[in-house]
Amino acid sequence: MNRLRSRHVLGISHLEPDEIIYILDSAEALKGILDRPIKKVPPLRGRTVVHLFFEPSTRTKLSFELAAKRLSADTVGITASASSVVKGETLIDTARNIEAMKPDVIVMRHPMSGAPHIMSRYVDAAVINAGDGTNEHPSQALLDLMTVRQHLGRLDGLNITIIGDILHSRVAHSDILAFTKMGSRVTVCGPATMLPPDISALGARVIYCVKEAIRDADVIIALRIQKERQGRSLIPSSREYATFFGINRQTLEYANPDALIMHPGPINRGVEMSPDVADCDHSVILDQVTNGVAVRMALLSVLLAEPERADQKNIVEESTGGEHGA
Amino acid sequence: MEHNIKAGTKGGPGLLLKNGRIIDPFSNTDVDGSVLVREGKIQEVGNPESVPEGCLVIDLQGKWIVPGLIDMHVHLREPGEEYKETIESGTRAAAAGGFTAVACMPNTNPVNDSSDTTRFILDRARDAGFARVYPVASITRGLGGEELTEFGDLLENGAVAFSDDGLPVRDAGVMRLALDYARNFNALIISHSEEPELVAGGVMNEGAVSTQLGLKGIPAAAEHIAIFRDTAIPELTGSRLHIAHVSTAGGVEIIRNAKRRGVKITAETAPHYFSLTEEAVIGYNTFAKMNPPLRTETDRLAIIQGLKDGTLDAIATDHAPHSVLEKECEFALAMNGIIGLETSLALSLELVRQGHISPMDMVRLMSTNPASILGVNGGTLKVGEVADITVIDPDFKWIVTENGFVSKSHNSPFIGKEMQGRAEFVIVGGKIVQTAK
Repeated sequence: MNRLRSRHVLGISHLEPDEIIYILDSAEALKGILDRPIKKVPPLRGRTVVHLFFEPSTRTKLSFELAAKRLSADTVGITASASSVVKGETLIDTARNIEAMKPDVIVMRHPMSGAPHIMSRYVDAAVINAGDGTNEHPSQALLDLMTVRQHLGRLDGLNITIIGDILHSRVAHSDILAFTKMGSRVTVCGPATMLPPDISALGARVIYCVKEAIRDADVIIALRIQKERQGRSLIPSSREYATFFGINRQTLEYANPDALIMHPGPINRGVEMSPDVADCDHSVILDQVTNGVAVRMALLSVLLAEPERADQKNIVEESTGGEHGA
Repeated sequence: MEHNIKAGTKGGPGLLLKNGRIIDPFSNTDVDGSVLVREGKIQEVGNPESVPEGCLVIDLQGKWIVPGLIDMHVHLREPGEEYKETIESGTRAAAAGGFTAVACMPNTNPVNDSSDTTRFILDRARDAGFARVYPVASITRGLGGEELTEFGDLLENGAVAFSDDGLPVRDAGVMRLALDYARNFNALIISHSEEPELVAGGVMNEGAVSTQLGLKGIPAAAEHIAIFRDTAIPELTGSRLHIAHVSTAGGVEIIRNAKRRGVKITAETAPHYFSLTEEAVIGYNTFAKMNPPLRTETDRLAIIQGLKDGTLDAIATDHAPHSVLEKECEFALAMNGIIGLETSLALSLELVRQGHISPMDMVRLMSTNPASILGVNGGTLKVGEVADITVIDPDFKWIVTENGFVSKSHNSPFIGKEMQGRAEFVIVGGKIVQTAK
């Protein structure tokens, strides 16, 4: 394989396992660039990446920007408003205007599910979904896969437990699809007010008690409680949440002692995770952040690769003298 | 073929529809024969021995002659949103779809909550000269859900029923007031039955598909609760209530039970609820977004069962035109509703072809029952009755296209679908208002 089947990366639901492996292998090959003193290689020179964010974002935007810059693409960032009340320009007009300026890739975040899918119908540029509403956040799931594969050496036959606000989490949605597609079993746990209906349709099972949910877990992913996404309060208090659903030393006594601890960030320390757990030896939270840049470099490079230059090994070998060729 | 389209009207030479299959649920007849129309009325049914001189004779070669179809739930958008539809374009679309009459909902701008607006709608409809229009006035002023409109005055000026359609009557006390007051006039209340606190910003059916798409769902329970309330209040007051656009299996069951108890309720469903499921939303298809939302296969089958056993009395389209401005956008921002006038007949004929209902049942659901629920003319081919007639070619095959609609809007999830069956002639008051090309 040297290309994805789709021109866009809209969600894990559109990717097949072989495509996921291809992206992860590319990310591994490109990751070495981040450790070099001169962190820039030329493959996307002359290519333009537009970061179109309709929702505030710090780390995802930074991660995508750095990824594009490391590969020598030109980047432009636009922060737009998606207000449904005061409608200025429609999403489709925005799409057509950006398209008229001939970008190669549009990295898009939007508060409404499906918005990147609509965008992709109106542009020739490749669209990368950087998070849409409560639907998907595919690059986050790919970096989670990459992190787990680095530490555990495989992606099949694992028990993955996701704890927290599953209902409002596009990360949970993409993670469930991603780990399930790769042959692992996903368990979700959280306040039942934060669990989506019929989640078994995505391939996950629900366990209501945290201690039971983490018992056999190889990986524990805690999610941020997204107060900003909720209408009315879905939990009685942060205190009650921390007691019954937070990950701390006491709850971890019920888990496999080697379980990896992950969090997509930013962490509400003391709510979904206690500080000592976030910083413990089994926490790979900062590896996730580093891998995020590598995965996003891989996405840009596989989407923009010329067919004859598609093999990531060649790109890296040319620029590094083969030291990361494996 | 150029006809004298006014041959069957006052002063005309007469119109003979010959060699048809006459289906009239009102008299429970399904026979081969002819129908003679004179002076705007049905003069003879069967095989007239003599034909008046100069009479226009149309040989139907076995096509169906049925009482004019009546769509008791449409949105014509005028006054206020003429860029989506006008009374002229909407009634023309109705005729193209085989309807001789439509009942139009009051959520226009201004709201049809006064006799002025009601008369305006009737004037416009008369000028257009296609399908008849029966205005439904709002239950509450400005659809505000609080103060009742002037039922008596509105009825005297031509309103046929009352509804806050598009919005549920949130307050059960207001619904009770409306149903109590309705007794003075034997007025019909039409309810959009949905519990708003459970809809709570949902944009499609709640379930596996909403979870897959990351869209906020509307649970079927929102409809169950409201339908139960809306069967309980007329049971208390003894007045008539009609439940609009039933979409759930649970809703059908609650209505079935209420009818068994003798509550004076009737109910309708729309063709999309027996033709499509929530799966149509996949891909964020805003043409599959409506309220109530498309449900599951279980619900779809229960809706068909409800039509078969008489729990559901009518097929009505909830024709809701929207322009690209309201539909080519993010799914959550898209407006609810699809057009339905021009696809309803073919979709209903599909139920006939699949053996779920007989042709007679279909005509009852699309003509006889709507006429009797609304208390309007038509719904039968009885001699002496006003000559509102639809001639149906049940076999004609066609494909739904974006540009093929007579309606000003084309927000239909059926674009691209192959259909079978259409209206060949539509006759309103003896006048041929529509001839299929």
